[in-house]
Amino acid sequence: MDVLLAVLFVVLAPVIGGLVAGIDRKVTARMQGRVGPPLLQPFYDVAKLFEKEQILVTPSQNFYITAYLVFIVVSGALFFAGGDLLLVIFAFTLAHIFLVLGAYSAYSPYSFIGAERELIQIIAYEPMIIISAVGMYMVTRSFYVADIMAAKVPLISYLPGVFVGFLMVLTIKLRKSPFDLSTSHHAHQEIVKGVTTEFSGPMLGRVEIAHWYENVFLLGFIYLFFAANPPVAILVVAIVYFLEILVDNTYARVTWQLTLKSAWIIAGLMGLANLGILYYLSEVLHV
Amino acid sequence: MSFLPRSPWILHYDASSCNGCDIEVLACLSPLYDVERFGIVNTGNPKHADVLVITGGINEQNREVVRNIYDQMPDPKVVVAVGICACTGGVFRECYNVVGGIDCILPVDVYVPGCAARPESIIDGIVRALAILGEKRKLLETKRTKEQGGEDTAPGGRK
Amino acid sequence: MLPLPFLVVFPAVVAALLLLVPSDTWRRPIVWAGAALTGAASLSLLFLSPATGPFSIPAGYEMLTEGMFAAEMAIAVFLAYLGMKYRRYLAIFLILFQAGLLVYFERARAATGHEVAPDLFVDQLSLVMALIVGIIGGLICIYSLGYMATYHEKHPRVPDRRRSFFFLLFLFLSAMFGLIFSDYLPWVFFFWEVTTLCSFLLIGYSGTDESVKNAFLALNMNILGGIAFAGALIYLATVDPGGGLLHLHSLIRSGHAVALVPAVLIAFAGITKSALLPFSGWLVGAMVAPTPVSALLHSSTMVKAGVYIIVRFAPVLTGTMEGLIIGLVGGVTFLLASAIAISQSNAKKVLAYSTVANLGLIVACAGVGTYRLVWAAILLIIFHAIAKSLLFLCVGTVEHRIGSRDIEDMTGLIVRMPRISVMMFIGIAGMFLAPFGMLISKWAAIEAFIDAQFGLAFVAILAFGGSLTVLFWSKWMGKIISVCPVAERVENRISTEKWVVLTVLTALTVLVCLAFPLISAHLIEPFVLAVYGQTTRLSQDNITIMVMMLVLLMIMPFSLLLYRDEKRIVPAYMGGRPATPDLTFQGSMGVQRHVGLCNYYFEDVFGEKKLFMAGSALCFGLILIVGTLTAGVAL
Repeated sequence: MDVLLAVLFVVLAPVIGGLVAGIDRKVTARMQGRVGPPLLQPFYDVAKLFEKEQILVTPSQNFYITAYLVFIVVSGALFFAGGDLLLVIFAFTLAHIFLVLGAYSAYSPYSFIGAERELIQIIAYEPMIIISAVGMYMVTRSFYVADIMAAKVPLISYLPGVFVGFLMVLTIKLRKSPFDLSTSHHAHQEIVKGVTTEFSGPMLGRVEIAHWYENVFLLGFIYLFFAANPPVAILVVAIVYFLEILVDNTYARVTWQLTLKSAWIIAGLMGLANLGILYYLSEVLHV
Repeated sequence: MSFLPRSPWILHYDASSCNGCDIEVLACLSPLYDVERFGIVNTGNPKHADVLVITGGINEQNREVVRNIYDQMPDPKVVVAVGICACTGGVFRECYNVVGGIDCILPVDVYVPGCAARPESIIDGIVRALAILGEKRKLLETKRTKEQGGEDTAPGGRK
Repeated sequence: MLPLPFLVVFPAVVAALLLLVPSDTWRRPIVWAGAALTGAASLSLLFLSPATGPFSIPAGYEMLTEGMFAAEMAIAVFLAYLGMKYRRYLAIFLILFQAGLLVYFERARAATGHEVAPDLFVDQLSLVMALIVGIIGGLICIYSLGYMATYHEKHPRVPDRRRSFFFLLFLFLSAMFGLIFSDYLPWVFFFWEVTTLCSFLLIGYSGTDESVKNAFLALNMNILGGIAFAGALIYLATVDPGGGLLHLHSLIRSGHAVALVPAVLIAFAGITKSALLPFSGWLVGAMVAPTPVSALLHSSTMVKAGVYIIVRFAPVLTGTMEGLIIGLVGGVTFLLASAIAISQSNAKKVLAYSTVANLGLIVACAGVGTYRLVWAAILLIIFHAIAKSLLFLCVGTVEHRIGSRDIEDMTGLIVRMPRISVMMFIGIAGMFLAPFGMLISKWAAIEAFIDAQFGLAFVAILAFGGSLTVLFWSKWMGKIISVCPVAERVENRISTEKWVVLTVLTALTVLVCLAFPLISAHLIEPFVLAVYGQTTRLSQDNITIMVMMLVLLMIMPFSLLLYRDEKRIVPAYMGGRPATPDLTFQGSMGVQRHVGLCNYYFEDVFGEKKLFMAGSALCFGLILIVGTLTAGVAL
């Protein structure tokens, strides 16, 4: 495993993640005909959060949020070090469970609803992420990110359906409308701030940083589909992110029922059908 | 350097306004005025907010609520009273249930007069508040270092 | 190899002794000593049996077998009597039918002379099972001492039949040991029947209408399995009058052509016993019994007997259509039982459905039966047994202290019963979170299914079912750890016995995760290697990472110390309303209102009735297909 890449991830991911968030806000503003905040605004925000006083509902929140950040970093580092994709996904889920538990621990109505919705989101996207990993295994015969990266063939040509399914759950993961159910990330306040309602000051700062790490990890996941050709891969990552922003700005939020159903149906139709065809080609026709 | 003035997150509370000022506050978010240029974000949650923007005066029903929201904001924080009702109670001042302006129960940092207050003056008020936010942050810092210094010198004190 | 007959006979002796002892003062030391010795003896197997192999009881072989037949008849008479008493005619019919089959088999068997062959054996699989039965079963027996005392205080109308209760517990253990050490199938069947009897009587312990009803439900379903088992015996006696195939090992080695029909029949018996979908009703109904009984049924005995026998026959099932469909029954059960668990708020019911789900997963692994899947299945058996027994006993303890087993009533348990809550938290984490046991096995199962024939269907089931389990476990966890600060601490008055058992089980949950590479290397891999000629394991660096994650998780709580000084506690945000920490606020018209937070249960999506019916129909259909296929082979 490549420890150097893991260290680079730990150091650089917040920088990249923050910049991406800044670009996101700028582009969003432009789409709405506004000037928008400075590019570095996300850094100002987080730096400010660390300057604020820490208020708590219960001290145990600290534990869960620290664990959330730590395991997000661990799973991302594992991913960039070329580790086992399934292990990465499990560590990633573990991290999110900690976020949910942090929200539960506060015993507050809004964060409680946020926690329940976050759980719904987790079960909505998790099958598709596992299916993506399985698809990559079926093409490269390895779960190791390092091996998948080194694959000579572009995965996308074997896994178009899986890719589409992954884009669908990516919207959930990036907390973009129409699936921004649990946090009200972009200034809608239907459930106040959902999961993050009771986190404030430095603790909220840690949640934000974890979110940056997470976004970089997810962009890395998209990269994997095109890893055979790095320039194209980077271009695709940029296009995908732009599309996510566009979708975010053009769709109203949907209910959790629709989120769950659509995520599962897309995962089932696109992901599984893709894998089925792949299976048929390799096992039956021996292509 | 403090990052507080660069990232003020506001909480907007309608105390007992006629909605005139509220519409103007929302207008600030529109593309025409775009307060996000200054990093201003309208949060719905006192625990995330730095600036409390209040429209309308205090009445008997909401004094507890306003107090509570203010208490739930982490330090440092500033209060901006938007509109004449928030500043003084305005035309409702003499009503049987109206207590008065925001400053009857909270320390107000910036008064933005007007009926309704214009978006330009609201933005101006908030930007003035940012300077105060920076000041408060410095005060807090010196207070904290003083406290720690005091502890250091106290015999047998905890380091 | 003395421990083998010792482990079978000794618990039975303890059981008999407990039947005689009238008072709790005498019962206590006997249960402690009995459980400790049983546990120690099963542990000693670990050191005594590097060379695995059959151990024979040369003398009294025929006599023993005939004694068992007589006992089976006695059990049938006894059960038929109870059936008459409670007017359960279906049960009587099934019992008599099974008895008839047995008489037929016994006559066929007696007509042809049998050669004497090794009868008790131990290999790594039975060793794993023995450790589970001996240690966890023993711990549950000890826990029962404290539990049953409180139980009778709380339920004054239930007649105090603790003598027979403890008798049955130890008899259960004895039967389980007999079942996993026996090589001779008629013996296996005898012990199989004894577990059916014990579970029947234990479920009906309280004697209420509901418990009697559920006890007979369990009886009917298990006897149905017993009939299939008896059918397998008769088939074998017909195919091979010499009786050589009546030995488990020679049967498994004899290949698909001969062994498939009995394997399918016995797997069907296993499906009923381990409560897969059309039959899961009995296990869910069994929660009316006192909690230690549920813990015993769900973790170390009964249902594990079912999956044990299916894992045994995995080499026969592998690569066959029948095996695949049996695996599919398991897979469907896993998916739907996990979904049903989401809609339940009764903690014991959630646990019951999660057991059904996990057993389904084990059967899915064993039915498809490649070597990697069998490895995963055995791992699942181990982790599930420990974590599930811990959870049941925690729920039992909580139920006695707060008077409810509803998850909604466990809000803020961390404040009221901090130690129990932490244990419960670890138990739940053990069921689904990353560096813990069950997840390791699920992971291994995903990897193994990809390469198996038609494995993709199972991968899909695991992907979707796995995420469903995340939902119901996490929301339960969330309930426990919500800190609602004004609550009385009610953790005192929990007996030492309970503390000892719970602490040991919690420690085991963590230790087994840390030591699982060792367990895999010394117990599971040799077994898989011996059966399949090849074996598998997780790669070294992944194991290292898992252990590091576990250690990280264990040191993480100390981070709380870092934040000790940050003290400004602010109540939860309630839309600006001033509220007390337990969420009471002044509503309109000056009325005090209380806010209650309830989990989502998604009744309309994951409702029990709908899914249960659909799943049962589907699994029933699958079993019918297997039956038809097998009948085609047999005739």
